[in-house]
Amino acid sequence: MYLGELSGLKLGPAPRDAFGDAFKELGKTNPLLVTVDGDVGNSTRTEPFALAYPDRGFNVGIAESNMVSIAGGLAACGKIPIVASFACFLMDNAFDQIRMSVAFPQMNVKMVGSHTGISIGEDGPSQMGIEDVALACSLPGVVVIVPSDAATTRAATAAMIEHVGPTYLRVGRGKLAEIHAPGVKFQIGKAIQVRDGSDVTIVANGLMVAAAVDAATLLAKDGVKARVLDMHTIKPIDAEALAAAAKETGAIVVAEEHLHHGGLGSVVAQVTAAAHPVPMEFVNVGDTYAESGDPDGLLKKYDLTAEHVVRAARRAIQRKAS
Amino acid sequence: MPKALNLEELKSKANDIRKLIVRCTTAAGSGHPSSSLSATDVVTALYFGGFMKYNPQQPRDPDRDRFILSKGHACPVLYSAMAEAGYFSVDDIMTLRKLGSPWEGHPNMRRLPGIEASTGSLGQGLSIGIGHALAGRLDKKSYHVYVMLGDGETGEGQVWEAFAAAEKYRLNNLTAIVDRNGYQQTGATKDVLDMGDLAGKIASFGWNVQTINGNKMDEVVHALEKARAVKDQPTAIVANTKKGFGILPVLETTGDLNYHGKPLSKELAEKALALLSQTN
Ligand SMILES: Cc1ncc(C[n+]2csc(CCOP(=O)(O)OP(=O)(O)O)c2C)c(N)n1
Ligand SMILES: [Mg+2]
Repeated sequence: MYLGELSGLKLGPAPRDAFGDAFKELGKTNPLLVTVDGDVGNSTRTEPFALAYPDRGFNVGIAESNMVSIAGGLAACGKIPIVASFACFLMDNAFDQIRMSVAFPQMNVKMVGSHTGISIGEDGPSQMGIEDVALACSLPGVVVIVPSDAATTRAATAAMIEHVGPTYLRVGRGKLAEIHAPGVKFQIGKAIQVRDGSDVTIVANGLMVAAAVDAATLLAKDGVKARVLDMHTIKPIDAEALAAAAKETGAIVVAEEHLHHGGLGSVVAQVTAAAHPVPMEFVNVGDTYAESGDPDGLLKKYDLTAEHVVRAARRAIQRKAS
Repeated sequence: MPKALNLEELKSKANDIRKLIVRCTTAAGSGHPSSSLSATDVVTALYFGGFMKYNPQQPRDPDRDRFILSKGHACPVLYSAMAEAGYFSVDDIMTLRKLGSPWEGHPNMRRLPGIEASTGSLGQGLSIGIGHALAGRLDKKSYHVYVMLGDGETGEGQVWEAFAAAEKYRLNNLTAIVDRNGYQQTGATKDVLDMGDLAGKIASFGWNVQTINGNKMDEVVHALEKARAVKDQPTAIVANTKKGFGILPVLETTGDLNYHGKPLSKELAEKALALLSQTN
């Protein structure tokens, strides 16, 4: 049973595939687009672009630091480089190069991290990007996007290329439920309300949006009305939607496939604390590394299911009363 | 220190290990058999040729020799060799990559005693090995540190930072082995990032370098013997190998001689095991 199935959502393509298709497509009309790969283009899906436009694809080998700074140089000359690797190798391995060659000089580099979260499964913790959002969000002036399905991944790919400035896009490995219709209106920094409700708001991104929708379906059976916000952009965060959610529903749950510290939860908590404090609960990987295993088994073991979101919502609602 | 096997016994042991590699990755339904198979002869010689002193009952013995698999994705070869050495059972490693199993997709030293480093992000093992070698010197221990790298992995800048640092400290208790199988994830190393004269490059960093056929047991054993005798330098062995060595005719039928990061189907695994049984 996949996340979203309970709510009747169809299973769609993996975000990385949607990204790869969109990137190749955009390469047709935008000659400024180039890509720098670190020997994983067949995993991140930049390969179709590189095969279609061979003179605009550079594979520099297993050398992420070099890859990132090369992208910085290309951007300094007016190119729009997409630099992609597994999220952990891109963000964690090349962090100082990202800081000095991309963020500090505000280079127009588009960073794309694949194999995010624990749902990559069998390859295990060394390949799981679970610190990436915290690292990306820590960088001044970097836009951070975590789409929840194929439609928003396509839209986010186009939006980040249109945006002038450094961006980080997180694209998961596995297939995800289709939350949004193709051609969905997507704007960087503007949350999409997926379900309306008045008792609690579930703020989610990535694969946890489908879990949030399932949680809303389950809660509705008991008469609890949950609002679901797809907070695809973490930076800049949609503070308006959050303030409205806090005021109108009085309780917030944040669900993400990332470590507890420094991800969507931290950002939402900061904004809510300043705007309109309400009881908040957090569903995430926690403060731990995971392990090898099948994706479904891992999501259950590490508390990333609709049931966990439901329990968090009940706790938050209960705290409202007291 | 386990008893050293002779050449014929080592070849047969390598063959047993190759069978385990095929079996456990096919059972897992994912993993990196071809990357493990190229490295099998070197790993076999280290664990069974009398080169490493270790005691599976005391995996944390401070005097043990160390083996660090920097190309962590090839851990099926390490798990298989360690099972043969008695660290754990063959049944154990058949749980490879399953939820709850400490035989993870990449080595995790916190869950498996006898694993010297948690690897899987390429480029870091040689530096970790330098740390072990420096500590050994400080503690006046005579243990030796062996690190195996992939040839694609030498694209990482950190590898060259490590080559430079090891020479600075003249770490004669450190041996690096590069499994030069000619392939990396997206293709042949000569197309992705050609290191050209890899041996010459490492030698220019002040290392003693040997180049051998890393799938010929006599050459492997001889090179490891020579490495131990070098007294004032770290030694690197550039082991020219074939990715998937031992089951190449089976991989040939797939048309993919890199066969990176995928297990054999049940049918192909049976063919591979039959082939390996003939070799025994
Ligand atoms: C830092 C880092 N970048 C990328 C990867 C993804 N990756 C896993 S194996 C591999 C290819 C390794 O090639 P090589 O070192 O030649 O080893 P082989 O499999 O050929 O033995 C890559 C790129 C990784 N594990 N770590
Ligand atoms: Mg190789």
